[in-house]
Amino acid sequence: MTASSTSSPITYEARSLLCIRDDRVLFEDLSFSINPGQALVLEGRNGSGKTSLLRILCGIRLPESGALLWEGKDIFRLGPEFHEHIAYLGHKDGSKLDLTPLENLRIARGLGKAQAGIDLDDALDQVGLYGFEDIPTRNLSAGQQRRLAIARLLVTDAKLWILDEPFTSLDRKGIEHMERLFEAHLHRGGMAAMTTHHRIGFKDEIQLIRVNLSDR
Amino acid sequence: MIIRFFHQMGSPRYFYNVAGKLIPWFMVSFLITLVWGLYNGLFIAPTDYQQGESYRIMYIHVPAAWMSMFIYVVMAVSGLISLVWRIKMTEIIVISSAAVGASFTFLALATGSLWGKPMWGTWWVWDARLTSELLLLFLYLGIIALHSAIEDKRVAARAVSILALVGVVNIPIIHYSVEWWNTLHQPASVTKFDKPSMDMSMLIPLLTMAISFKLYYGAVVLMRARAEIVERERNSRWVQEMVEQEAV
Amino acid sequence: MSTLSLSSAFSLLLKRDLVLAYRRRAELANPMLFFILVTAMFPLGIGNDPKLIEAVGPGVIWVAALLAALLSLDSMFRSDYDDGSLEQFMLSAHPVSILVLAKILAHWLVTGLPLFIIAPLLAVLLHIPSSAVPTLMLTLLLGTPVLSLIGSVGVALTVGLRRGGMILSLLVLPLYVPVLIFATDAVKTAIVGIPTTAQLSILSAMLVGSLVLAPMATAASLRISLS
Repeated sequence: MTASSTSSPITYEARSLLCIRDDRVLFEDLSFSINPGQALVLEGRNGSGKTSLLRILCGIRLPESGALLWEGKDIFRLGPEFHEHIAYLGHKDGSKLDLTPLENLRIARGLGKAQAGIDLDDALDQVGLYGFEDIPTRNLSAGQQRRLAIARLLVTDAKLWILDEPFTSLDRKGIEHMERLFEAHLHRGGMAAMTTHHRIGFKDEIQLIRVNLSDR
Repeated sequence: MIIRFFHQMGSPRYFYNVAGKLIPWFMVSFLITLVWGLYNGLFIAPTDYQQGESYRIMYIHVPAAWMSMFIYVVMAVSGLISLVWRIKMTEIIVISSAAVGASFTFLALATGSLWGKPMWGTWWVWDARLTSELLLLFLYLGIIALHSAIEDKRVAARAVSILALVGVVNIPIIHYSVEWWNTLHQPASVTKFDKPSMDMSMLIPLLTMAISFKLYYGAVVLMRARAEIVERERNSRWVQEMVEQEAV
Repeated sequence: MSTLSLSSAFSLLLKRDLVLAYRRRAELANPMLFFILVTAMFPLGIGNDPKLIEAVGPGVIWVAALLAALLSLDSMFRSDYDDGSLEQFMLSAHPVSILVLAKILAHWLVTGLPLFIIAPLLAVLLHIPSSAVPTLMLTLLLGTPVLSLIGSVGVALTVGLRRGGMILSLLVLPLYVPVLIFATDAVKTAIVGIPTTAQLSILSAMLVGSLVLAPMATAASLRISLS
């Protein structure tokens, strides 16, 4: 993990995105760019298109028009080459309830290409799931299952974390804990794009790009 | 050059206007060829020495069967274009074609069955052509069902495009397997129109009918596409301006 | 920093699905039971004349196999769609079509292979002579993977729909026709004692063709279903 000292700065750029859902324009002509160490924070009412935008940023959903450029290249052309740089945490945890946390993480790591220099037990430890690695995920609490989903972010070498309400079902201590993890990622030169109802308590030196979709 | 053409045609507004100008021409030439073809087929062409007058249903049945295949291929090609270049208009063509294709397939089946009654003494025979046609009808119905089940119409169009492509790869295999199956189970069924040489006085009305059906398809698909465009683009400025103008 | 290869991602995913199936092993017997049950219904429906049963035997077994395959298809992507795993696959750094192939293979091992294993028993029930049983099994071995492969495209297109089941059968069954025709024909030919190389070669060709094309179509369909 030497991402902090990259020679050519990696940026993720969105150019005049247009998103339409059910005949309604959610947002149009939306442009921004995310640089290493920066976090894009999406704000807006329910239904203002935050989740849609995050899914577009992942490349799961197509924008009606506009372009998304990773290091200047179109992400839909890059395909899997783009996906190795991102990790997505959606509404759904993406964990198998019949598998143990350790097994779930092993698959998450296998789906990526380059793995982080952290082993799976450490990742579980970092999200506070030490000692739970071998019981079925089904038996974890909702908050613990969310922590497991966050641990998934740690096991690949993804630069850009795309987080849709990452703090769902976490208690206050848990939220603070996860904020420190996200900060550490940004300090290492990572990037993030996220939505949250919670006021983010990052330390001052983290650059936040705030985009409010309801104002548009 | 070709790509540019597609992109220009791909603009819904442009397509809407061009289609509007084309439809009357298609309709008029359809009616002319239809009247001429039917008159020559039903009254002028000689009576078949084997099948008598009942063979004349061929002038509907055969072109309808041809159309059922032709439209499926058109859908698959438009589907491929819309998947690769994400062009809205070809998506709309895929969807507008499905119902027309299904209707022609149904027409081919119904006329085939009507023809079968005097020929075989029964409404339905598991003959290779009819069976293939029946399976083709299922493929069309699958496309229509999938399209109506998906709420987001752009997603639906892309899903249907994939299905049309999968279908077009499979149609020759299905057809071949049905032929194989048919020769096994009922050898030497009456071959209806595979005579090596058909008399010109029969052939020309038949081909005229084929052209007539294609013109009809052209007209209908353009009409349906225009309706689809207005529905999809109902929030766009040009559609609203147009509606206001018509209202005045 | 180490790099994980494509083949290890493939085997990881294959193992994952097999482990998941094993943890729900009570459900493993279901496709097989369904297969036997449907087959047993036919003699009850058409009468117990041994000649008649023998004549329809190959067709009955294969129609039952088709229905068993169809019924089990929904489980291929359903739970992954519901819990969000499918989104994660779509965002994998590996080609989705290869991951999809691993899932199809796992699905076939769990739902298709049991049909192959149980076939001799059904052959006895339907009076298929023992000389034709190897051919019957061979057709199942070649044909059921094709059913899983073609079926995967249909499931991928309908996985996001609330009432996908009925549409799925409409999409998939017509595409199953060639497998049905050549497989039953092979068995019938084997019963008479004529070589079945032609039919088996065609079935093999269909297997190779669908092995190449279906994963790509499925990956593209999944991408559409998730968007």
